[in-house]
Amino acid sequence: MSFLRFAARRLAEMAATLFGASFVIFGAMYLAPGSPASFLLSGRSASPEALKAINAQYHLDDPFLLQYLRWTGQILHGDFGRSITYRTDVSRLLADRLPATLLLVAMALVLVVALGLLLGWIGAVRGGATDSTILVTTTFALGTPSFVAAVLLQGLFAVELGWFPTGGTGEGFGDLLWHLTLPAVALALYLIGMLARVTRAAMLEVLGQEHVTAARSRGVAPHQVIRRHVFRNALGTVLTTGGLIVSTLLVCTVLVESAFSVGGIGQLLELSTTTKDFPTVQAISLIMVGLFMTVNLVVDLLHPLVDPTVTLGARRSPA
Amino acid sequence: MTTLDIQAYRLRLPDTARPVLAGVDLTVDARETVALVGESGSGKSLTSRSVLGLLPKGAATEGSVRVNGEDVLTMTPEQLRRLRTNTAAMIFQDPRAAINPLRRIGDFLTESVRLNAGTGAQAATDRAVEMLEAVGLTGAVLRRYPGQLSGGMLQRVMIAAALMGDPALILADEPTTALDVTTQAEVVALLSDLRERFGTGLLFVTHDLGLAAAISDRVYVMYAGRIAETGPAEALFDRPRHPYTAALLNSTPRLEAPQGRLAAIEGRPPGLREELTGCPFAARCPLATYLCGQQAPALLPVPGEPARRVACHHSDRTGEGSHADA
Repeated sequence: MSFLRFAARRLAEMAATLFGASFVIFGAMYLAPGSPASFLLSGRSASPEALKAINAQYHLDDPFLLQYLRWTGQILHGDFGRSITYRTDVSRLLADRLPATLLLVAMALVLVVALGLLLGWIGAVRGGATDSTILVTTTFALGTPSFVAAVLLQGLFAVELGWFPTGGTGEGFGDLLWHLTLPAVALALYLIGMLARVTRAAMLEVLGQEHVTAARSRGVAPHQVIRRHVFRNALGTVLTTGGLIVSTLLVCTVLVESAFSVGGIGQLLELSTTTKDFPTVQAISLIMVGLFMTVNLVVDLLHPLVDPTVTLGARRSPA
Repeated sequence: MTTLDIQAYRLRLPDTARPVLAGVDLTVDARETVALVGESGSGKSLTSRSVLGLLPKGAATEGSVRVNGEDVLTMTPEQLRRLRTNTAAMIFQDPRAAINPLRRIGDFLTESVRLNAGTGAQAATDRAVEMLEAVGLTGAVLRRYPGQLSGGMLQRVMIAAALMGDPALILADEPTTALDVTTQAEVVALLSDLRERFGTGLLFVTHDLGLAAAISDRVYVMYAGRIAETGPAEALFDRPRHPYTAALLNSTPRLEAPQGRLAAIEGRPPGLREELTGCPFAARCPLATYLCGQQAPALLPVPGEPARRVACHHSDRTGEGSHADA
């Protein structure tokens, strides 16, 4: 299948999935207990007139389907509605906060890829005590959820040693990077362990294959055999894991941003959920779904480059 | 000069009761084709891999394995790479397993000379096309991936790769076992032809006696890490002197003389965890006597046939014994 046809088909599938997801998200919000009106009034008893005014402003009395259609219609015009808590456009909120989240996820991803691949590579190639040390370290990393890592790192490097700020996003880009360092490490730790394990296992599997011995028998130097044959062949597995890693980063960023008070969409999701800020929660959920699908699409499009035996859009052969 | 000269070669693996190779003597002269025959586990593949210094982890070796006069066992990694690039090359059993499926055929063929001999990309590609044509393929396969070629074509690619460094010696480790019968015949014919044309020595490792007889000048029969018998192919198969050779011949299916059930050799080869005193074949041998269990026979010249050597206390009785047994 040609690249363009494949991409077109996948984009159509993505649109359909997004549509389905939007229905589920909106429905879940509709069914969830508590109403925006009661939050806005924050427990005060309101006159029936005031309640009516609020319901009218947010169209809360309309039938479900009408509310849903109004919402999706607005989204198609790029309008995610107005935040109840912040009393500003949701799209504005997102535009302000998305960069910090994307930067945080990118920093964590760089850490995960660099350290995960390096540790996995060294473990597989060196073996012995080095490998055992890496196995123990990665087991530790794998046993540490990102919110625990966040608290530990904050306590040690921000509070005790004072090397990094305890939270916030700072002023300017350099300051932002500095503020995001600890959150990125907290976010990356678990996934570094995971990628190291996956890389190590994939490389060990290739190392046992005949073509690696055959390459050595042709006089190819050991480091070239590792790079050109072992690591190269392990890349397919690494790429597949990469999709999972980015998705996990997007999920865990909610916890880590909250822990470090990073003003990204993760923290916004947490805040808006607790305040029943329906329009914001719906918008962020939908964006998350879109990001997941984009990540998967990119992984699928890259796969044939990494493994020429894979063809775009083909079902895996049973063999 | 002898291209390959293996002398008193012993190889021991960790946690075993006896050496896997217990004193192997084997030579291949320039332009000579030598077959190394034996069952699975006899040590024949280990012997051929040793020639390229491809030893299993923890292997302890004695004796010498000389290629063009230089001992492989004492080579530095740098010398080993030069040996593997320019002097000796191996053709593996299953080309589908021995060629990286994710790299193009062109990369497979030129990798070694580009990385080691410093040959430029264009010169390496020219050489690759030349070698592909020598094995009956064209330069069109250079851009292909292994999955796009048939098993027979891939084995030709493997042979072309072995020829890339213009080696003095080619080691073929069961090169036809993974192929279908018609392709086998083509590959064997190709190997004979190329040996003539490029003047390389060929060590042909196989469990197929018929194939060994057809292709080789001389044959070594290996059993439990030792050479049981050696000699010119024709004489050895006409009048085997070792009961094991005789038994192998009897258990080979023949088209011209159907004989009903095949005569399998009773018992199994000794495991690596068993200590061996005496002749390793004694437990399965119809001629075995008390002496065979006590003392290992040396590989000695056969009286009247100086080109042949056999390691058997009862080699003079082999003819009758095994035939009566069959």
